[in-house]
Amino acid sequence: MDALAVYPDPPSPELARTLDLAGYRWKAVGSIDAITADEPTQGWSGALVTVDPADPEAAWAMCRSLRKRDTPVGPLLLLVGGGQLADLEHRDELFDDFCLTPFHPTELQARLRHLLHRNGDAPRGETVEQSGLMLNLETYQASIEGRPLDLTYMEYELLKFLAQNPGKVFTREMLLSRVWGYEYYGGARTVDVHIRRLRAKLGEEHANLIQTVRSVGYRFGTGRWS
Amino acid sequence: MLDQQRDYVLRTVEERGVRLIRLWFTDVLGNLKSFAISPAELENALEDGMTFDGSSIDGFSRIQEADVLAIPDPNTFEVLPWGDPKAVEARVFCDIHNLDGTPFEGDPRQVLRRNLRAAHEQGFTFYIAPDIEFFYFAPPVPGQAPTLLDDAGFFDLTTNDVAGSLRKETIRTLETMSIPVEYSFHEDAPSQHEIDLRHTDALTMADSIMTFRLVVKEVAAKQGVHATFMPKPLESVQGSGMHLHLSLFHGDDNGFHATDDPYNLSPTAKHFMAGLLRHAAEITAVTNQTVNSYKRLVPGFEAPVHISWARNNRSGLIRVPIPKRGNASATRLEYRSPDPAANPYLAFSVLLAAGLKGVAEKYELPAEADANLFELDDAGLRSLGIDTLPQSLNDALRVMENSTLVREALGEHIFEWFLRNKRREWRGYKTHVSQYELDRYLRSL
Repeated sequence: MDALAVYPDPPSPELARTLDLAGYRWKAVGSIDAITADEPTQGWSGALVTVDPADPEAAWAMCRSLRKRDTPVGPLLLLVGGGQLADLEHRDELFDDFCLTPFHPTELQARLRHLLHRNGDAPRGETVEQSGLMLNLETYQASIEGRPLDLTYMEYELLKFLAQNPGKVFTREMLLSRVWGYEYYGGARTVDVHIRRLRAKLGEEHANLIQTVRSVGYRFGTGRWS
Repeated sequence: MLDQQRDYVLRTVEERGVRLIRLWFTDVLGNLKSFAISPAELENALEDGMTFDGSSIDGFSRIQEADVLAIPDPNTFEVLPWGDPKAVEARVFCDIHNLDGTPFEGDPRQVLRRNLRAAHEQGFTFYIAPDIEFFYFAPPVPGQAPTLLDDAGFFDLTTNDVAGSLRKETIRTLETMSIPVEYSFHEDAPSQHEIDLRHTDALTMADSIMTFRLVVKEVAAKQGVHATFMPKPLESVQGSGMHLHLSLFHGDDNGFHATDDPYNLSPTAKHFMAGLLRHAAEITAVTNQTVNSYKRLVPGFEAPVHISWARNNRSGLIRVPIPKRGNASATRLEYRSPDPAANPYLAFSVLLAAGLKGVAEKYELPAEADANLFELDDAGLRSLGIDTLPQSLNDALRVMENSTLVREALGEHIFEWFLRNKRREWRGYKTHVSQYELDRYLRSL
């Protein structure tokens, strides 16, 4: 399982919360050694480095180390205060994008998503594999623990959308607009009906792959370390 | 979206090795009809539809042009969970069109689509959850009364074992076919069972009921059992109903719910209910379409007889279930007269039309009838302004034939054909001399 490297350890509570809500897997790294020592089996999917105005050099050193590895960690998003914008000059090679602190959670998520997407890390591959579920996007086939799932088109599209964004909580309205499209007039109850059908088809032992987040919506998988 | 759906269906057929695709549609009386095509034909069918001779289908026949077009609805494509796993079969529901591409007016699914569109134009989505009752019997022998499962000697296992495993297998099959089950239990009568489906939009639910009836029968037949949706197969016990829980949603808001009302009912709900009540007699021939249906609608067997409503009175036509606290989305009306032998597409169409008429014309809701209506005599009922449902198919047809509402909801073609067909059924029944009459009159008169 890959994860984002987040410096420093611990990161600010706002950052941790934002990443969790967006469903990213991440690990805090407190030192340059930790980059290698704590590296997940499938490597780092990217990094977020926060520049501490009291000790900006530590952050730059971290960036340099991340970049200098045999397999450089990328993409790298820098969180920087307004007062340090001048420091960015001549350091362009150290980061891919930056976000001003205090950050706006939606902006941070959007920048991160865009970076990961450009980096080819977004789940656009031919297969999606999550917790025993396997979706072949090329052939539209789904299976769970090797057992084929016979899904209707909308069930498939909904499952695909959820599984491509594991851990992320979606409201029913969001699912409706992303999966069905705005022209659909059935209302968000349609989402509930389809979730119910998907759970039945996944079978009892896998039904909890799609979790209900009370009075919010649904989420695929459990949390960041599932 | 449509292209992607077609693509999805075609790829699934390829990947899952589907050998045969069954094109499903429904005749006017609610019988499931089907013809099969090979995967090679499917792409063409999805694009242009498959032409077939409609004159062989009840209610489709017209004198001049017999050919119609079945166009599969790719969103209903499902691999069938029974049959040979090496020769997988799938089904897809079809909409029937005329050769010029216009909706075919003899197709019940198109009729429901048209009625739902009218609701949609007012911003409403029509949701339905049915409670479906049915009986398990030994395979019927012509001329003999139905044999209950608990009749000694027929089954080696006890009733509970057979019926319980049948029901479990039925539910499993339904769930794999995208039909979620809410509850299931053994009903009051011996050999009678009930399965309650979770709400969906009305079109999906009508398709689901068609699938449901087939699944119940298929699963039972595999174990040598006959499942029947006949409304009243046994004289002395209650019949099989199909109570329908109805609600109208405005996007995500339940259009029937109001927090500030003592009944938690919105004006829309009250007008809709008033519409159902005022037009109940007119639509009964559609919701209860057999001679036998009216033997269920008699006092004493938990079936409604009177055109009334109440919160907790099961003798009335409409019950307003009290939803769990604060659950606005569960506010609904339970319409209790339909039986599971109805054509769901047509039944939903007339119910919706009656309700919406009440909403459009702001019909006033009569007072709640909370007395046990079965205990009142005719004078008592009259004083409450309560009428009864039609007492026979003939009564129901006579009310229906004067109904502009039903004529418009069903469309001219089906309206005329239905009346003709059902009058013929009534004539056939009327001339039949029954055992009851022989026993009662042969010696004494």
